[in-house]
Amino acid sequence: MKSVLALHVKNLSKLLWYNVMATLREIKQRISSVRSTGQITRAMKMVAAAKLRKAQNRLIAARPYAHELNNVLGHVAATHGEKHPFFFERSGNRVCYVIVTSDRGLCGSFNANVLRRAKTEREQSSNGKNFLVTVGKKGYDQIKRQELPVLSHYIDVFDHLEFKNAQNIAATLIRGFLSKKFDKVQVIYQEFKSPVQQKIMVEQLLPIVPVLPETEYTFSDFVYDPKSKAILKRLAPMHLNFQMWRILLESSASEHGARMTAMETATDNAEEMIRTLVLYYNQARQAAITKELNEIVSGAEALRG
Amino acid sequence: MDKLFKFKIVTPQAVLLSDEVSRVQAPGVTGSFGVMAHHIPYLTALTLGSITVETGKKRKVFATSGGFAEVINGSMTILAESAEDASQIDIKRAEKARDRAIRRLRGNEPGTDIHRARAALVRALNRLEIAATGRVFSG
Repeated sequence: MKSVLALHVKNLSKLLWYNVMATLREIKQRISSVRSTGQITRAMKMVAAAKLRKAQNRLIAARPYAHELNNVLGHVAATHGEKHPFFFERSGNRVCYVIVTSDRGLCGSFNANVLRRAKTEREQSSNGKNFLVTVGKKGYDQIKRQELPVLSHYIDVFDHLEFKNAQNIAATLIRGFLSKKFDKVQVIYQEFKSPVQQKIMVEQLLPIVPVLPETEYTFSDFVYDPKSKAILKRLAPMHLNFQMWRILLESSASEHGARMTAMETATDNAEEMIRTLVLYYNQARQAAITKELNEIVSGAEALRG
Repeated sequence: MDKLFKFKIVTPQAVLLSDEVSRVQAPGVTGSFGVMAHHIPYLTALTLGSITVETGKKRKVFATSGGFAEVINGSMTILAESAEDASQIDIKRAEKARDRAIRRLRGNEPGTDIHRARAALVRALNRLEIAATGRVFSG
């Protein structure tokens, strides 16, 4: 009888021991999986930081030119806008929305924010027929899932961003605008404020809204050489190409900034999780030791009993 | 000394120069022109050539492949598609670009973009010429 009981206790303790060991092993596995995730997110953060630096330099170099181009164009357009079709306002309200997102994910709410804004913009002007042009794979996938018609899409542009990409997009928009497919072009994108801050912008690309200059001269004083019409013919397409280029650079820098922030948060979260799991692990280990001691003692007691 | 006015050269890659200067000479599409302080508001397209900037007795020369120039509110801005300081032109690179363009034009292979090759040749020659003359004059 005694031996049966002893056997029973022994089995029971073995069983419990296995359970505890299983929990310990599970926690251990969990810790190592969280740790490797943390390593990945930390590496991604580093990569994003390096890419951000590159994108930021390109953007900062391009901004003054875009700004001056905008100014010069504004000066000509203030008096001679009627001479170029890019400035013609039309009564129709068919809008072409250009939605600029990223090609890759894991950048927090970067794409979701753009798409949400695009949705509200679309809903607000639902009285006309709208067109969609997407830049970036993420936006295209999402819009397609909603089964919305996409006029044209540009994917995999951000890995090797070139001026030519901007020219292609601008060419599509110009074609649609001049053939009266739509009356307005609005671009929705993330403007780069700082590595940790982006701002959603809705910018009208066509018709061009000239910035009125602050000047003491009246514009009839302006001397154009060659004539203003010829200058506009060269200046206006150049302006559109370059604004599109700037927008792509803004979005690219914003994307890397957003990814860097997201990955930093993920890394912090992983570390926090590891801390908690290590605590659980030690608790479980200690409980197991205590339990085992208890069992040995009570087993001995029972045998002596 | 001549009166100074604000002057900027901006390219898609950088703000190349932003300074107070006394005289600027630039290659307009209808001919080279000069700008001094109190110039009337003026907007012109630029062609391939050299931009000369004078501040008192100092002189700087830039090679440009074209763009726009605007004078407004007494200050001048050049928006150049590309521009380079004459003293910083990489002569070896320009020579290579010239030779490459010549090879392409002589090669007569189908599919060669003649316009592009010719434009590249003219740009390379312009840079070489300005690198040679600009260095003598600037100083």
